[in-house]
Amino acid sequence: MRPKTILALALCSTLVAGCATRTSDSEADRAVTEMVKTSFKTRGQASVDRLKQDEVQALCSKYKGEPPEDARRKIEKSQQTTLRYPGSGKMMGDWREGQRIAQSGAGRQFTDDPARPAGGSCYNCHQLAPQELSFGTIGPSLYQFGKLRGSSEAIQKYTYGKIYNSDAFSACSNMPRFGHNGVLTEEQITHLVALLLDPESPVNK
Amino acid sequence: MRIHCLLAGMLAATLPCSALAQQDTLREIERYRQLLQDGNPAELYEARGEELWKRERGPKNASLGRCDLGLGPGIVKGAYVRLPRYFADTDRVQDLESRLVTCMVTLQGFTTEEAKRNPFSGTGAPMITTDPFSGVGQRSVMTDLVAWIASESRGMRIAPPMSHPRERLAYEAGEKLFYYRAGPYDFGCVTCHGEEGKRIRLQNLPKMTNPKDAQRAFGTWPGYRVSEGELRSMQWRMWECIRQMRFPELEFASDASIALITYLAKKAEGGTLDAPSLKR
Repeated sequence: MRPKTILALALCSTLVAGCATRTSDSEADRAVTEMVKTSFKTRGQASVDRLKQDEVQALCSKYKGEPPEDARRKIEKSQQTTLRYPGSGKMMGDWREGQRIAQSGAGRQFTDDPARPAGGSCYNCHQLAPQELSFGTIGPSLYQFGKLRGSSEAIQKYTYGKIYNSDAFSACSNMPRFGHNGVLTEEQITHLVALLLDPESPVNK
Repeated sequence: MRIHCLLAGMLAATLPCSALAQQDTLREIERYRQLLQDGNPAELYEARGEELWKRERGPKNASLGRCDLGLGPGIVKGAYVRLPRYFADTDRVQDLESRLVTCMVTLQGFTTEEAKRNPFSGTGAPMITTDPFSGVGQRSVMTDLVAWIASESRGMRIAPPMSHPRERLAYEAGEKLFYYRAGPYDFGCVTCHGEEGKRIRLQNLPKMTNPKDAQRAFGTWPGYRVSEGELRSMQWRMWECIRQMRFPELEFASDASIALITYLAKKAEGGTLDAPSLKR
């Protein structure tokens, strides 16, 4: 390779690296980068790779969860393209299964058994069935979610998509991207859709 | 009494049944907490911690009596509320636990690894069964020391120094870490602690950028946790939150843990230390 080519390549990689660096190259940013490298260790399923941010995580961190309009649109647009719906076209499963999944807060912690399916942690943040009094309030109440909206195909699709990747609808949402991040399976999400939309579900009674 | 009845009547008229039942639950939990305020088991940890501070231990068979927690060698009174801070001898910002590691190494001759071993108490029935620091009935020298040293700042104002550039840097890095989202759940500290008046299940969540919330939260660690039957430190609180965020394990006394604690201490500035406290 000729020196010129090498220089060009070096420039290119610098540019690429420059683009990948999301925040200004301040002292605090450098300190954080170093801490992320040195202050954590892989334990069980929770490997240090988990600290590597994807574009959404990096932008949401940078903007402290409140991205400006252009970044918001950019995130929602890119996340819309990640949405994958069940091949069968069936988006409503069994609300009873959904209730079990909604109750479980287990999954992906280094203290969790990686062989067991993750729960949806839904009650950690949302009110759903009124019988469950121990619910969190980080997210909105979903009591009567289906009663208020019906269970048309469009609503089913929206509900499925929202659980699959909440950032596709609301950038920097507090809700994990359960489907996109591979936390919940397609089948599990259909059960949660049923919990929210089935007229027989306690959520809609 | 009349006001109570009136209030109950108004509540009954305006709230659906489930909300009323929930109010009862919350009220009962609060009553339970108040009942427990008399005779905090944290006192046992404090007593052991004071004894451990004075006891000659380690290869050098020395006590921690000359340990400098920031106010000068051997000064414990008021030290906890002025941490984390920059220490010239280690050229690091340190919180209480990381500073105790330094003292155990320099004064008592332990290796760093030995000093960091078993930083959190174990329990008879550990809530987190795979916690490496939890053995059945296992005591933690570090936890005992933290309990006593914090108790020596009880009632004092939280006042972490911010004059050294490195303290400022730790604060700024801590703030960035607070907003750092990652992992399979996209969580950051801010997910649970960024809004006012929120709960996870029935547990109230402090908004850490709100001074009142931060003062109460920061000012009540370390605390004896009834649900675990153990005294828990601020380092443990960070470690446990990070676990629940689905992150890899936060190393005890690491720079990231200290940066986060520096950020929180500054947010809690002006609050009163009411620790070791009693927690759910």
